[in-house]
Amino acid sequence: MSDTLHIQHEVASHGHSGEPHVHHHKETFISKYIFSMDHKMIAKQFLVTGIIWAIIGGLFSVLFRLQLGFPDQNFPILETIFGRWAEGGKIKPEFYYALTTMHGTVLIFFVLTAGLSGTFANLLIPLQVGARDMASPFMNMLSYWFFFAGSIVMISSLFTQTGPAAGGWTVYPPLSALSQASQGSKSGMDLWIIAMTLFVASQLLGGLNYISTILNMRTKGMSMTRLPLTIWALLFTAILGVLSFPVLLSGLVLLMFDRHLGTSFYLSDIYIAGQALPNEGGSAILYQHLFWFLGHPEVYIIILPTMGLVSEILAINARKPIFGYMAMIASLMAICVLAFLVWAHHMFVTGLNPFLGSVFVLLTLLIAIPSAIKVFNWITTIWRGNLRFTPAMLFAIGFVSIFISGGLTGIWLGNSTIDIHLHDTMFVIAHFHIVMGVSAFFGMFAGIYHWYPKMFGRYMNNTLGYIHFWVTLASAYLIFWPMHYQGLAGMPRRYLDKSSWASFSQFHGLDAMISVVTIIAFSVQLMFVFNYFYSMYKGRRVRSQNPWDATTLEWTTPIHPGHGNWEGEIPEVHRWAYDYGKDGRDFIPQTEPIGENESEH
Amino acid sequence: MQNFLIFAILILGFIITFQIARASEFVSVIRGEEKTRKQSNKINGALLLVFLILGLFGVYWTHHTLGDKILKIGSSASDHGRLVDNMMLYTIIATGIVFFATQILLFWYSFKYQESDKRTAYYFPHNNKLELLWTVVPAIVLTILIGFGLVYWYRITGAAPKDAMQVEITASQFKWEFRYPGKDGIFGKKYYKNIDEAHDNPLGQIWDDEANHDDIFLPAGQALHLVVNKPVKLIIGSKDVIHSVGLPHFRLKMDAVPGTPTTLWFTPIKTTKQMAEETGNSKFVYEIACDQMCGQGHTGMRGEIIVETQEEFDQWMASQKPKYAQMKENEAPAAPAAAAKDSTGTVAKDSAKVTGAKKDSTAK
Repeated sequence: MSDTLHIQHEVASHGHSGEPHVHHHKETFISKYIFSMDHKMIAKQFLVTGIIWAIIGGLFSVLFRLQLGFPDQNFPILETIFGRWAEGGKIKPEFYYALTTMHGTVLIFFVLTAGLSGTFANLLIPLQVGARDMASPFMNMLSYWFFFAGSIVMISSLFTQTGPAAGGWTVYPPLSALSQASQGSKSGMDLWIIAMTLFVASQLLGGLNYISTILNMRTKGMSMTRLPLTIWALLFTAILGVLSFPVLLSGLVLLMFDRHLGTSFYLSDIYIAGQALPNEGGSAILYQHLFWFLGHPEVYIIILPTMGLVSEILAINARKPIFGYMAMIASLMAICVLAFLVWAHHMFVTGLNPFLGSVFVLLTLLIAIPSAIKVFNWITTIWRGNLRFTPAMLFAIGFVSIFISGGLTGIWLGNSTIDIHLHDTMFVIAHFHIVMGVSAFFGMFAGIYHWYPKMFGRYMNNTLGYIHFWVTLASAYLIFWPMHYQGLAGMPRRYLDKSSWASFSQFHGLDAMISVVTIIAFSVQLMFVFNYFYSMYKGRRVRSQNPWDATTLEWTTPIHPGHGNWEGEIPEVHRWAYDYGKDGRDFIPQTEPIGENESEH
Repeated sequence: MQNFLIFAILILGFIITFQIARASEFVSVIRGEEKTRKQSNKINGALLLVFLILGLFGVYWTHHTLGDKILKIGSSASDHGRLVDNMMLYTIIATGIVFFATQILLFWYSFKYQESDKRTAYYFPHNNKLELLWTVVPAIVLTILIGFGLVYWYRITGAAPKDAMQVEITASQFKWEFRYPGKDGIFGKKYYKNIDEAHDNPLGQIWDDEANHDDIFLPAGQALHLVVNKPVKLIIGSKDVIHSVGLPHFRLKMDAVPGTPTTLWFTPIKTTKQMAEETGNSKFVYEIACDQMCGQGHTGMRGEIIVETQEEFDQWMASQKPKYAQMKENEAPAAPAAAAKDSTGTVAKDSAKVTGAKKDSTAK
C-alpha cells in the first residue's frame, strides 16, 4: 500500500480531513479477521454467518417436512435432536410451529437479507464504484456485529424452556402477544423481538452506509448511469430497508408494550384460557399494517440484489451488453416505489375495506409490469449471445426461470378475487418460496460462484457446482410446482397432519414425495457448503486478474486485494459497464477511454 | 443401525462425488482448461434443452395426475365461488401463455446461443420499440385482469341482500361455534366479559336483551346448517386470537378478528347430497378450515357445514332449543347439588334431542 492510498483510506474511515497522519496498519488476527473494518472481510463474515444460518434454517425445514410427509411414522432421530419436543420421534404441534416460525425468520431475515445483501453490498459496492472502502467502515463493522448479536439472541431462544417463537414468521398478535395463547408466545417471543431489534439496527447501519457510499464515493468518471446494475439494485435495496425497517421496529415495540406493560394497541375483547382480559379498543389489524409495511418491501429487499447480480452475470457470460440498461434501472426504481404501496394485499381477507382492497389490487398488479420488463430484457440479453455456462451463469439462467414461475402466480394472488380462495393456502407457500426463496437463493449462488475468485483468489470446484445447480433446479420444481395444486384444493398452510380432513387428506402421497425431494435438495446444499470451504484452501488458484473477462472495476484490483483495494490510484472510469462485443472486441473495460472511432450506442 | 447405514451410504456417495469432482479438476488441467471448459459448455447447453423438454412434460404430467384432485374450475359450490373460478380461468390463460412463451424462449435461446467459435455476440444494448412493446402489452393484459377482478371483488364484498339468512360464527382456540338469530331475526347483544363457559354462556350473551332469548346456539362439533340457493351472511368473530373461516368448496375465506367483527356473504348452490353425487363420494362433507395460524391446535380446527333444502332446514331448526331456555332449565334444578348439575344438563340436552327426533319423524 502506498502512502497516498493509506491517507485516503484514513480520511475515508475517520472522516476528519486535515493533516494526514502516516502510519501503517498493524494487522493482528483480531483486527483482520474479527473486528475487521475491511469491507471485503465484513462481506465474508456476513456470508459465512449467513451460510451457518442457512444450514440451521434449511435443516429445520427438512425435519418438519419429515413430520409433514410421514405423519403416521416415528423418527427416533427427531427425539435425539429435539428431546422432549419430539417425544417418541414425533414432533409436537407447538414445536412444529416453532420450527416453521424459525425456518421463516431465519431464512428471510438472517440469510436472504443479512446474508445476501450484507455479503454483496459490502463486497461489491466499494469494488464496483471505485472506493477504498465504505463511507464509514466502523459503522459497517458495527452493522455486522449487531447482526451477530441478533443471531446469538435468536439462537438462544431455541434453548428456552418454552421454546422459540411459534406464531409464524409474521408473529401476528394476539397470538404472539398473549402467553396464554401459545407456548411460543412466552419468553421465546421476547427473545424474537429483541433479536429483531438488533437486526433492524444492523440493517440501518448497513443501509445508510451503502447509500452514502454509492452516492458520494464513486471514482472519477463513474456517473450514476455508468454504474453496473448490481450497484443500482443494491442502492434501491438499501433505500427500501432504511425506510421500512423502522416501521417494523415500531410495530414490535408496541407488541412488547402489549405483552408486558398492559397496553391495548393490538388487543381487544379477548377471552382466553377461561378468563376475559381487560383490554378493549385495540386493533389486531394495526399490527398487520405495520408489519407488512416492512414485510412487503422485505421481499423486494431480498429479490432486488439478486436481480442486480443476475443482470451482471448474464451480460458477462453472454458476452453481450445487458439489454435495456436504462429500462432495467427504471424498473428497479418502479419496483422500489411500488414496493411501499402494496402491503395491504397481504390483508385482503382481514375485513379490510373493499375499496381500499381494490386500490391495493391495482397497485399490486402494476408491479408485474416492471418485473415483466426485467424478464424480457434478460431473455433478450441471452438472445444472439455467445453463452459460457459457468456455474454462476447456469444459476443466473435458473434464476430467470424460477422467477418467471413464481412471479406469474403473484398475478393470481395479487388479484383479491382469487386471493379470497387462495389466501393462506399452500398456493401461497409455493408462490413465495419460488419467487423469493428459491430464486433469491439462485441469485445468491450465482453471485457466490461468480465473485468467489475475488473473495478468495481461488475458484470453486466446477463439477460440484454443476451437480449443485442441476439437482437444485430439478428439486426446486419438484418440491414447489405440485404444491400449487394443494393450494388450489384449498389446503391451508401450517397444517401438520391432514389425516382428519376429508378435503385435504388426498394429498398424502404428494406430501411424502415432496419431503423426500427436500432431503435430497438439502444434501446437495451441504455439498455446496463443503465446496465453498474446501475451495477456500484447496480450490484452483486464480491466475488472471480478470478471470471472466469482465468490464467492471473489481477486476482491475490485484488478485488478492489488500485493505484499500487498489495499489496506487483508483482507476478512472470512461464508459458504462456493459461494453461486451462492441465493435468486434470481446469486451472493453470501464477504465478504457472512449476511442476516436468508437460507435455510439 | 438402519440410520447408521443410511448415514454411511450418504457419506460414501458424497465422497465418491467429491473424488470425481476433484479428479475432473485435475483432468482439466492436464487436457487444457480451455478444452474442458468448451466440453462442459456443450454438456450444460444440451442439459438445458433436456430440462426444458422434461420440464414441459412434467407440467403436463403434474396436471394429469393432480388435476382431478383440485376443486375443478367451474365446480364451485357457491355463486361467489363461480366468480372466483371465472377469474382463475382468465388468469390461468393469461399467465399460462406467458409462462410457456418465456420458459421456452429462455431455455431454447440458452441452448441455441451457447458458445461457439463461429459466432460473435451481437451488440444489442437497447431497442425502444421492443421495450415499449413489452411494457404496453403486459399493461393491457393486466388492466383486463384487474377489471374483471375488481368487478367480481365488489360483487363478492358488496352488501348482502336484505333477505339473506344470518349466522354468527365465533372462533376460538380451537373450535367453531355458531349462533342463529332465532325467530325474531335479530341477534341479541353480547359482551365478551359475560362469557362464562361453565354456566351456559359461551358467547357472552346479555340475557337482559330479549332478542337473545330465542337465539339458537350450536356448540363446537355440531354442523352449521345452511339452505341451498338462499343467500347467507356470516357474521364472524373471535374470542381469543385471529382465526380465519376458510370454505374451500365455496372458494371463500374471511378472518375472524377479536374485537373487530367481519362479514362474508354468499349463496350456496349445491346441497351436500348434490355434492356427494357430483363428486361420487358418498361421505362428502363441506368443511370449515381455520386458515390463520392460531396456536398448537390449528391443524385440527375443523368445522362442518350441511347445505340442505329449505324444508330439511326448517325441520332441523324446529328441533333446536334456544340457549336461553337451556340455561333456564339448567338453572332451575341447580339447587339440589352442584355435583348433580352436569348430569341434569346432559339429560336436558338429551331430552331436547329426543323431542327433536320426534318432531322430525312427525314431519316425515
